[in-house]
Amino acid sequence: MSDSNLKQILADGAWRQNTGLVVLLGLCPLLAVTNTLVNGLALGLATMATLMLSNLSVSAMRGLLRPEIRIPAFVLIIASVVTVIELLMHAFFYDLFRVLGIFIPLIVTNCAIIGRAEAFASRNRPLPSLVDGFATGLGFCITLVLLGALRELIGQGTLLSGAEMLFGDWGQYLKLTIIPDHPGFLLAMLPPGAFLSLALLIAARNAWQAKKTVLPSPSTTTLLRDADEV
Amino acid sequence: MSQPRHSVIRSSILLGVIALLGTALLAGVNELTHERIIEQEKRRVLQQLNEIVPTALYNNDLLADKIEINDPAFFRHSAAVTVYRARMNNQPVAVMMMVTAPDGYNGDIRLLTGISANGTVYGVRVISHRETPGLGDPIDIEKSDWILGFNQSSLENPDNDDWAVKKDGGQFDQFTGATISPRAVVRAVHNSLRYFAANRQMLFETPIETEDQNE
Repeated sequence: MSDSNLKQILADGAWRQNTGLVVLLGLCPLLAVTNTLVNGLALGLATMATLMLSNLSVSAMRGLLRPEIRIPAFVLIIASVVTVIELLMHAFFYDLFRVLGIFIPLIVTNCAIIGRAEAFASRNRPLPSLVDGFATGLGFCITLVLLGALRELIGQGTLLSGAEMLFGDWGQYLKLTIIPDHPGFLLAMLPPGAFLSLALLIAARNAWQAKKTVLPSPSTTTLLRDADEV
Repeated sequence: MSQPRHSVIRSSILLGVIALLGTALLAGVNELTHERIIEQEKRRVLQQLNEIVPTALYNNDLLADKIEINDPAFFRHSAAVTVYRARMNNQPVAVMMMVTAPDGYNGDIRLLTGISANGTVYGVRVISHRETPGLGDPIDIEKSDWILGFNQSSLENPDNDDWAVKKDGGQFDQFTGATISPRAVVRAVHNSLRYFAANRQMLFETPIETEDQNE
């Protein structure tokens, strides 16, 4: 696998096939936890770690996995990885674990993960699969962070509030109050605000893409179709 | 005919092996994190208790000195009430009751109510709730100071009739657009005070239940 191929995988995962903005998979956690930047970042990182580990495991076992049992096998692998991450968060990032709560185990149901296992990892060698997991996770994480930042800014006028949950005590100094004495804009914090913000982000991305008018290469359209079927 | 059956068996074994590997991995990680998770949860509870009764006021092992009360009729909730007792040189200082208010807008609100030995409120904190963000959630100390309004209150201060939100003729504020959440909290705090008044001796003198370390 040459370097340019890995670059291609990175660009596909993080931008051209961005899980949140283009493929629109895994919207449940995306919409539910992105009321602050830190929550988005934390769930993004957890999802990224899951994607990398599950892609790596699936790819390593791809010679053994027979088609008729591949889906249950993927589910087993992904569920194990997520539970490990959940236990580690519970032990080491307890405050964050309390905030994200149910959405950590729900990473299992993020169809983007099984989508990548099926569409990419089960057909490629471990290194590219790992890179693909990283790239897809990065794309998802960036979307979560942007969405969280947008909603936090509009909803409560701050950025990075609650950073101490992720980075330890010094994190509380990271909090930026952009709009002092913000009365709080409830719509941005509630689920409808999540949909509206996501729509804005998708629109912004489409506008950017239209300006560049770069047609997706044939290989990415195939991948997109595969992902849609899952 | 034997070919597909052979394949089914092989697939099942393979899936079984994957499940086994996953289980082994989880058992291992669980073993590694188990202690730390318990420790973290204890630290969290202690932190919440200390927010109400500061460490300077007691010198017993707060987390261990606890009892459970089952009185669903009185507390209007089937959940047992955990009571932590703070003592200074074996003299009673305060109890902290983990009560559940059943009548929040979105279900249960769990509260920690600290009551001093002479029956005044040390402080109240909402431990968990699902009230509407922006409407009912100012009961949470992270959102507003409302909950501090209970400090120093007791059964006599305010009077029995004033133990209600203003809308119901009492003296506690409700929030704009939300009466149900503060009403539930006021009731639960009042109830805790009444329970304490009626059972003060029992609350302090019931010996610690033998720790069941079955976790």
